[in-house]
Amino acid sequence: MILENLELFEVFVRSKRGLDHKHVGSLHAEDHEQALEYARDVYTRRSEGVSLWVVKSRDICASQEDDSDCFFDPSDDKPYRHATYYPLPKEVGNM
Amino acid sequence: MAEYKLTEEEQEAAFQQRIDDEQKIEPKDWMPEAYRKNLIRQISQHAHSEVIGEQPEGNWITRSPSLRRKAVLLAKVQDEAGHGLYLYSAAESLGISRAEMIEALQTGKAKYASIFNYPSQTWGDVGAIGWLVDGAAIVNQVSLQRTSYGPYSRAMIKICKEESFHQRQGYQIMIELAKGTPAQKQMAQDSLNRFYWPALMMFGPHDSESAHSAKSMKWKIKRETNDDLRQKFIDQTVPQIEFLGLEHPDKAIKWNEERGHYDSGELNWDEFYKVINGNGHCNRQRIQHHIKAHEEGAWVRDAQLAYNAKQKAKKAADAA
Repeated sequence: MILENLELFEVFVRSKRGLDHKHVGSLHAEDHEQALEYARDVYTRRSEGVSLWVVKSRDICASQEDDSDCFFDPSDDKPYRHATYYPLPKEVGNM
Repeated sequence: MAEYKLTEEEQEAAFQQRIDDEQKIEPKDWMPEAYRKNLIRQISQHAHSEVIGEQPEGNWITRSPSLRRKAVLLAKVQDEAGHGLYLYSAAESLGISRAEMIEALQTGKAKYASIFNYPSQTWGDVGAIGWLVDGAAIVNQVSLQRTSYGPYSRAMIKICKEESFHQRQGYQIMIELAKGTPAQKQMAQDSLNRFYWPALMMFGPHDSESAHSAKSMKWKIKRETNDDLRQKFIDQTVPQIEFLGLEHPDKAIKWNEERGHYDSGELNWDEFYKVINGNGHCNRQRIQHHIKAHEEGAWVRDAQLAYNAKQKAKKAADAA
């Protein structure tokens, strides 16, 4: 078996009901069904999860790390989007 | 694997057990049809409220008193649009489409928070909306972070994180007006007077009158009752009004040592039902504006479809 012929899948685990699925790593598998079983064996051997997602890596469209400065800079100069930008008098409690 | 089919009753019992155990319900779990419907109603109305809520504030973007205020207000309205999107997506996980929800809003089948049917007449109103309307929304949403439906709960957690700035920027507008000239202080008082009561109405009818309350509490869609949440908001707002040096709009407001809460005057429920049933100041205008924006945006959706079709054709041609 030539490993490179298999698809690369990204694996996401939900550790507890109500929480988000979190990326934990990737693996090679023939198809989605096999990827799910492999993911169970590789990433949840100690009951780390209650739910698994597998996604073909090539189906993930990602922003470019190298471009992240200019990609995300629209929010760099907007401190007023943060609550801490507005000082609160202590008399009025939390907001 | 041997398939053992659970009966409807067994499924419902397992479902309720899960909720009683404080576990979340996730999109692919079995759920009673009424739970699904109830959630779709509540989440879509919540989404509509975020989106319709852009209108009274959007009204002031071009008339903000300074560039800084304008940037802040733009950022807030932009957040509301984003919050609408989080919530529409959460509702979609229950099997309803975006188009169906928009249609229900535009034909009046779905409601939205009736507070947004009040006009924003002055710059002070922008302050009062951020402070009181977003403030009341936050009290409700903090409670909903513990709602039983996973996607709704996660949307609420994200929204609450972002929302705190909304209330604070509003309160800061109020502080500046209240510490300003007599005319500015009067503007702040006027906005407080007009928005205080409608903000209290945001929590809905009394528990005894609320059509959906009992079931929603059993299913933990709602975690606290309308009246309890309203009381929380009344209590937290008193010192905030005092700090501004403004007069409290409720003349009956009085600390009750025994209850550990403020006693307060009764709301004008006739007004509440009038606005809910479509006869507030701006009900028609809000929906008409939504329809107009939706129709004027049709070319964008058409262009997207045309682009997709072209890309597909191009890929097919390249492959051939």
